[in-house]
Amino acid sequence: MKLSLHTLPTVPLEAEVICPDKFIGNSLDAISAMTVMHGNQACSLADFFTLTDDGLETIEVDGDLSKVKLIGSEMTQGKIIIKGSVGAHLGALMTGGEILVTGNAEDWVGREISGGRIVIKGDAGHLVGSGVRGSDTGIQGGEIIIHGNAKNEVGNGMRRGLIVIGGNSGDFTGVNMKAGTIMVLGQLGQRPGASMVRGTIFSTQSAQLLPTFTYNTTYKPTFLKRYLIYIKKLGFTIDDAYLNGKYQSWSGDSLELNKGEILLFAE
Amino acid sequence: MLIKSTEIIDTFAEAFGMWGSRVIVTGETPKWAMAAARSMTGFATSVIGCKCEAGIEGLLTEDETPDGRPGVSILLFAGSAKGLANRLVERVGQCVMTCPTTACFNGLEVEETVNVGGKLRYFGDGYQSSKLLGDQRLWRIPVMEGEFFVEESFGIQKAVGGGNFLVLGEDLNITLAAVEAAVEAMQLPGVILPFPDGVVRSGSKPGSKYKALPASTNDAYCPSLRGRAPRTELPEEVTCVLEIVIDGLDETAVKEAMRVGIMAAAREGIRQITAGNYGGNLGQYHLQLHELLRG
Repeated sequence: MKLSLHTLPTVPLEAEVICPDKFIGNSLDAISAMTVMHGNQACSLADFFTLTDDGLETIEVDGDLSKVKLIGSEMTQGKIIIKGSVGAHLGALMTGGEILVTGNAEDWVGREISGGRIVIKGDAGHLVGSGVRGSDTGIQGGEIIIHGNAKNEVGNGMRRGLIVIGGNSGDFTGVNMKAGTIMVLGQLGQRPGASMVRGTIFSTQSAQLLPTFTYNTTYKPTFLKRYLIYIKKLGFTIDDAYLNGKYQSWSGDSLELNKGEILLFAE
Repeated sequence: MLIKSTEIIDTFAEAFGMWGSRVIVTGETPKWAMAAARSMTGFATSVIGCKCEAGIEGLLTEDETPDGRPGVSILLFAGSAKGLANRLVERVGQCVMTCPTTACFNGLEVEETVNVGGKLRYFGDGYQSSKLLGDQRLWRIPVMEGEFFVEESFGIQKAVGGGNFLVLGEDLNITLAAVEAAVEAMQLPGVILPFPDGVVRSGSKPGSKYKALPASTNDAYCPSLRGRAPRTELPEEVTCVLEIVIDGLDETAVKEAMRVGIMAAAREGIRQITAGNYGGNLGQYHLQLHELLRG
């Protein structure tokens, strides 16, 4: 199924219907008539998109979708390809399938997902893989792969899964993290791992850590090489220095259980 | 049937159903991966006395292992799924976790699995942590040198153990040369030769005059008993018999290993090549020598 944006929304468009689970078993007419919310106004999908049934199960969407929210919400299967940039809450509550965005994404990419994979080729906004405000739990599984930079609070409350940031991440990366793995191939922002309970935050750069983190040692963590090889296969360029290098290991946050770790490339 | 001047006896090797697993051990250098592999496959020649049979399947390059380090592939077999699970925990725990720099991964992607890393993790005394990468659950167990990284679940599958052939030679040196050539040719994927450097001299028959023993020396093939044992299977010129035992992940792999091994062993001075069986009443696989040599 191909969707092409023909009318730019003037306010955010809530388009959770753009999802393989919602399209499967429905005719082109039925899909075209599905409801999207333009602000507080109910509209049909066809009011904003030209739909073409190409007979494929993959949903391909193009146009400037930076104001189109909630694409792939609660997705359990299939694939969505977004050719361009996309709005907030992409793949919220997703449990399976794959979403690929060739451009940038706004805030809340993969909010509270528990499975599947989201790949953003460009940059992402704030709160990648986080929980909504008021919830203490972010993603509980799956993978969020950002090839560019991400803003603040990556993996807020993360409990399981993998988040990879190819560039830099903003402040409070891994804040309130319960478990899981965040890999930042660039620079971490301020206060990474604040209030983290368990889990791993990794960076190829040095970082200023909170005083509630304690230095353990500098060593070669075998598991990290396994992860770096894994993400290399996802299309990241990983220098041999990182694959074979040593990492500083820090434990924290001692205000919590002190079972979290931050690994920083040393040499 | 003759191969070169060696007579291939029209008989069969009687092999048994077993359970098999493949373990990938990696290390910082090939030396340490091999050290763990040697330790893990030690004292694992026969289920009769060792509870399992194990051997090194092959060496792995950095590109072939999950963590990009040099590695060794090991096959380990036991008589039951439960027994195999126990042996894996014992041997990964005692032989791999103890060895500097090593990590240990499942090398058999099959439906049935047993818990290995998930049991060894308790050695971490609460400091262990797990990682979930895709569908793969892995454990990090802190040790004095760093940490031991081990996969939680290892695949197991039904397998074939006890494929074999006996090389009957005119003297020791000729027979040794023949089995050494056979072992070299039999380094194939999916099989191991569990005895020392692949060769066993103490082939056995089932039972014994001593009631406590399940097996005893194969007197019909002992040249020194030619005049004393109730019967002999040895032609007059034969002074030495050596056996090669093969365990494999499936029957096809075992048969192929036997085929290439027999072809390599056959030569001047080897009078016969035959196989060990128990009349066909014990093992579920009858690997006919002539049939597998004809392909």
